[in-house]
Amino acid sequence: MNPSAEGLRATFGDAIGRVVEARGETTVFVAAARLLDIMRWLQTAPDQLYNYLVDVTAVEYRDRERPLEVVYQLRSLSRRANLRVKVELDPRGELAVDSVTPLWAGANWLEREVYDMFGIVFAGHPDLRRILMWETYAEGHPLRKDFPLRGRFSRSEQVRQALNANPEANYSLEELSIAEAYGEIPSDMRDRLRRGERGDVGGVE
Amino acid sequence: MKRVLETKEIAGESPNWLLTRFDDLVNWARANSLWPMPFGTACCAIEFMATAASRYDLARFGMERQSFSPRQADVLICAGRLPFKLAPVIRRIYDQMPQPKWVISMGACASSGGIFDNYAMVQGIDTIVPVDVYVPGCPPRPEGLLYGILLLHKKIKGESLVIPGLRDEQSLGPTGLRLPPREIDELSEPFGNSVHQTRSA
Repeated sequence: MNPSAEGLRATFGDAIGRVVEARGETTVFVAAARLLDIMRWLQTAPDQLYNYLVDVTAVEYRDRERPLEVVYQLRSLSRRANLRVKVELDPRGELAVDSVTPLWAGANWLEREVYDMFGIVFAGHPDLRRILMWETYAEGHPLRKDFPLRGRFSRSEQVRQALNANPEANYSLEELSIAEAYGEIPSDMRDRLRRGERGDVGGVE
Repeated sequence: MKRVLETKEIAGESPNWLLTRFDDLVNWARANSLWPMPFGTACCAIEFMATAASRYDLARFGMERQSFSPRQADVLICAGRLPFKLAPVIRRIYDQMPQPKWVISMGACASSGGIFDNYAMVQGIDTIVPVDVYVPGCPPRPEGLLYGILLLHKKIKGESLVIPGLRDEQSLGPTGLRLPPREIDELSEPFGNSVHQTRSA
């Protein structure tokens, strides 16, 4: 059992649901309302330091009664530890959860993908748009269980809408340019890139 | 070649005259210097690269130069599956190619959607652009693609400049499609294993 689970239980009490361990991997279910506090604690508490968000994804089960799950894979690079955090969302209610982009900037595109495929809204996300399907895609969210494999529209309608989607209307060349992004990265990273150094991953000999 | 170049000695002079049909001459030139515009999206593109490399050597057929600009290309080779998101892109590339132009659909996915009978995939690029030669296979071997290219040569050599409308631009119709919707639905019908799936699944 990952000791972070007990730490979470001691710190957040009722906001921590069941803890599951399978094949040496620990999954902690947490309350959606406290997600941001819990994630901030996991990221910054001195004995946690989960500084790397590996992935954000979601699961919907065939059983319609079961809630959807938003899954966060965390890793502490310095402690070499993994933790999986899940938030359960009632499919009959509003599918919304706080964005973790304030904590990990890398969550930006991961959350956009989950929004695109599952329709889960991440409150506080700076730029919540579709990322895999084109922006005017109108058939819904393809990885939901109620989504038909071939889509909702007829093939001819799909072709018509695809041909009418003007890619340049939504993606500017500046958006796709790495040179333009250089000004937006944190100054310390810019400095390291200039010196050609690897970043300090903290505490690893 | 015998049919194209017939020389005739006139009044004891050296053969300075060359008689042929203009169609034959033009088609001979066109067919033997096709510049391909590779549109490689998947594993078929790997086989295409193998075809272009030294062992199979596309250069033998006047295709030495891969044209990575549609403005200087003659034949669009779609090698791989085409998702709906790329449909406007391949249509734009096709529109940017000058006449005369031809299209080879390489592999099962480009020709029919292949195993990807799902929400994201175009069910055959002929619903987007007109196709001259379909090369089957998953992916086709280089010999298969070469055979398709030779079939295209044969097709080009059978063309005539006087056929009206043969080389007219075929832009999208008022519906925003190149075919009537009913035909696109028909072309995109499930086949093979995928008939066991239904739209409502």
